[in-house]
Amino acid sequence: MPVLRVEGVTRRFGGVTAVKEVSFQVHEAQIKALIGPNGAGKTTLFNLVSAIDRPDDGRILFRNPIRTGDAQIDLARTSPHRASRAGIGRTFQHSQIFEELSVLDNVKVGRHAHGRAGLFSAFLTLPRQRREEAAAEEAARRALQRAGLGDKTEIEADSLPLGERHLLEIARALATEPGLLLLDEPAAGLNNEETERLAETVRRIRDDGVTVLLVEHDMGFVMEVSDEVVVLDYGEKIAEGSPLMIRSNPEVIRAYLGEDYLAEEEPR
Amino acid sequence: MSLQDFLQFVFAGITSGSVYALTALGFTLIYNATGIINFAQGEFVMLGGLAAVSLHSGGAPLALAAIGAVAVVTVVGLLFELLAIRPLLNASVLAQIIVTVGASLALRTAAMLIWGREAVALPAFTEGAPLSVFGATVVPQTVWVLGVTALIVIALQVFYRRTLLGKAVRACAVNPMAARLLGIPYGRVVLLTFGASAAVAAAGGVLITPISFMSYSSGALIGLKGFAAAILGGLGSPAGAVAGGLALGLLESLSVGLLPWSGASGYKDAIAFLILLLVLFARPQGLLGQVSAQKV
Amino acid sequence: MPRFGQGERAGSATGEAVKAGEVGPGGWERRGRGRAWSWARGNLAFLLFSLVALTVPLYLTNSYYLSILAFFAIRLMPTIGLNLLLGQAGQISLGHAAFIGLGAYGSALLTTRWGLDPWAAVFLAALLSALVAVLIGVPALRLKGHYLAMATLGFGEIVLILLVQLKGLTGGTDGVVSIPPLELGGWSLADPRLFHVVVWSAALIMLRMALNLPRTRTGRALIALHRTEIAASSLGIDVAFHKLQVFVVSAIFASIAGSFLAHYVMFISPEGFGVTLSVLLVAGAVIGGLATVWGAVWGAGLMVLLPEVLARYNEDYTLLVFGLLVIVVMIFLPEGLAGAPARLLGLRRTLPDTVARRSQGEPVEDRGSECRS
Repeated sequence: MPVLRVEGVTRRFGGVTAVKEVSFQVHEAQIKALIGPNGAGKTTLFNLVSAIDRPDDGRILFRNPIRTGDAQIDLARTSPHRASRAGIGRTFQHSQIFEELSVLDNVKVGRHAHGRAGLFSAFLTLPRQRREEAAAEEAARRALQRAGLGDKTEIEADSLPLGERHLLEIARALATEPGLLLLDEPAAGLNNEETERLAETVRRIRDDGVTVLLVEHDMGFVMEVSDEVVVLDYGEKIAEGSPLMIRSNPEVIRAYLGEDYLAEEEPR
Repeated sequence: MSLQDFLQFVFAGITSGSVYALTALGFTLIYNATGIINFAQGEFVMLGGLAAVSLHSGGAPLALAAIGAVAVVTVVGLLFELLAIRPLLNASVLAQIIVTVGASLALRTAAMLIWGREAVALPAFTEGAPLSVFGATVVPQTVWVLGVTALIVIALQVFYRRTLLGKAVRACAVNPMAARLLGIPYGRVVLLTFGASAAVAAAGGVLITPISFMSYSSGALIGLKGFAAAILGGLGSPAGAVAGGLALGLLESLSVGLLPWSGASGYKDAIAFLILLLVLFARPQGLLGQVSAQKV
Repeated sequence: MPRFGQGERAGSATGEAVKAGEVGPGGWERRGRGRAWSWARGNLAFLLFSLVALTVPLYLTNSYYLSILAFFAIRLMPTIGLNLLLGQAGQISLGHAAFIGLGAYGSALLTTRWGLDPWAAVFLAALLSALVAVLIGVPALRLKGHYLAMATLGFGEIVLILLVQLKGLTGGTDGVVSIPPLELGGWSLADPRLFHVVVWSAALIMLRMALNLPRTRTGRALIALHRTEIAASSLGIDVAFHKLQVFVVSAIFASIAGSFLAHYVMFISPEGFGVTLSVLLVAGAVIGGLATVWGAVWGAGLMVLLPEVLARYNEDYTLLVFGLLVIVVMIFLPEGLAGAPARLLGLRRTLPDTVARRSQGEPVEDRGSECRS
């Protein structure tokens, strides 16, 4: 039973078709990568899966594997906060951390849907508010541990270096306890050491049972961590398979790897 | 309602509509160059009217008083840009809103301290008996308002389409990054825009003051209506601003005339704001351009 | 490094108490002491302020000064609401005078026309304001930045026009006279000292509630959506709901202030509830400082005291000074007066120009920003 089924999804902006009849599946506890040249429609597809944007056509069915009993929902017809509550977690290509909060408070925001204390509890500091605050803090610390930021909880988020900002976004998304984690170019701007640390973290998250779908330009990283790869070109899916198959797919090489991958392989 | 009455309301509508159009044009100029909505725009209109009254009662001939008033307000607009806007060109939208709101408060109060609370008026630009059009009376000032408004609109068109500086301003509006790479002096473009916007607004104030009285507090209402006109015509489009202004003036005037209810005139202002809210609420995404979701 | 001033750190008491409770044997006692200590520390500013505010009538009997302090409390209420709305959630309202007006007229009309008990009138007027806030907030809060500002400005104007034009109901420009004062346990609050204690109690409760907010689930949600709505919603935050909620709360605070005003001065007319007051409230909130709830206290204090000081020369200068101060504060002191002492003493390691940075919303969609940089 797949976690995510993207079925015939199309998204047009004006006259441009950014994503055209794309279908693929993501299976449980798998790391799947979405690759393709710039403008291939990867980020558009990500926004569709996280319900920030809606497709013109098609369905995006999601069933959370870690919360059994949850019904399947169509992400093409819901709002981002509902998608999050259903078990979609995501990070952003351009850092979207809350810079005025501490690292720990950033991750506590990720616990939002797990709390119920509303404005009144907050205003009056009711016992429920105190209880939930303590629980949220504990869960946030756990999420930070999982993302490898356990030692950075108290510092201001805006003083984190870029590599750790990515990890913070991952921790924040993990705090929502997602069944499917979407990572939008998590390795962008990282040096080799940071990329290595990220790869380890992502694999560990997968081993914990979280399914991962990621968009990435760093081919070394993609080939290293992914169980399966989907290749988009001009909004259409041109290939899908194991990293090994993708490497040798002539169409993929022509569309994409021809330039980037060969150039990237050398230094690794 | 007779044709005569109808025409009377139409003339009243396009007269006040012309001033809304000029105010809306002022909003549009600044918005296009900087993305800022200037909440002090209505105060420029008010300042134009009051300055002209002062200059005229100080002995200046009417034409000189009008030109002098526009010049004074233009200088105010330039100073406003240099002192308040320039330091916050890169700040958040909220900061920019707050600064222009603060400026409107300061300008309005300064006007009260200078000119007092009394509403004042200018004499009509030309003497002469009202014209009669199908039985409806048209005062000569109406012709002045329409004529000068049309001239300003045409002059702005020529400036933006034909002159190098005008093209530079438009380039900055269309693609700021590219404009900057081409070496267009952005700071000067913004300064010029605020000056031009203040001048256009002041002209509107001078034109309308012989018809409706002007006081220190008139600016807020005119500004809000000018913005409503700009929204109605599609924010960012100069032609839309003019069309929106005239449409708003007509809607206002005719709804007062057509509503079978004697108390309706008291609600005239509310009609403009109702239109503003309806347009804002009905198509917020259309007005904001693309949905932000695509820009993650 | 406290970004939000001391008061709001109160919420962190729980976190510290948990840590204190973990220390091995004897934990109970230490936990008790730790909690009491951090509680006191977090609340010290608030306790001191409350103590001073509530005991003033003991040594101050001059009714003129008492009335100024009463107006301080009445101004403080809507400013707290705007501080939350603008500072935490990043949403502007240039129409909040309308909610003060609704509160004042609600109270005035319910008591004078329908003979309701003043307290019931305060409550019902607040309910009405909340309802209006929902009706206007649902469509308006979908708008951003300038559009929201203009929509709320238009809303404020419409309410003002209705107050003037619905003569049969509101008395038009003549206003409403002979509004009964509030009563408490048989004591009339026409007594300025009694009124002082009651109105300040109400304002302090609002202040306490607002100070509690930032370090809570809801408070963090507001800060998050202020920073970026997309990231906030991707973390499960219902952005529209939270914006509406804080808008309604700020409307209720404003309405209660209006009710207190009506029952205190016993006469109201529409001109006091126009755009100028709306703008003044935003100006006060900004000048006081949006980075901390204490900014509202500074702002409201300035709004009440400045006219008194300037009255020696010419009271009309007040709004001019406010307009200019807003510009100066935005440019040179983004944390407002509340942040000024720390800024002057060099206690801030950086200059986290809060409004400027915090309210970027979706920074990428800010058109023309490249050109402006």
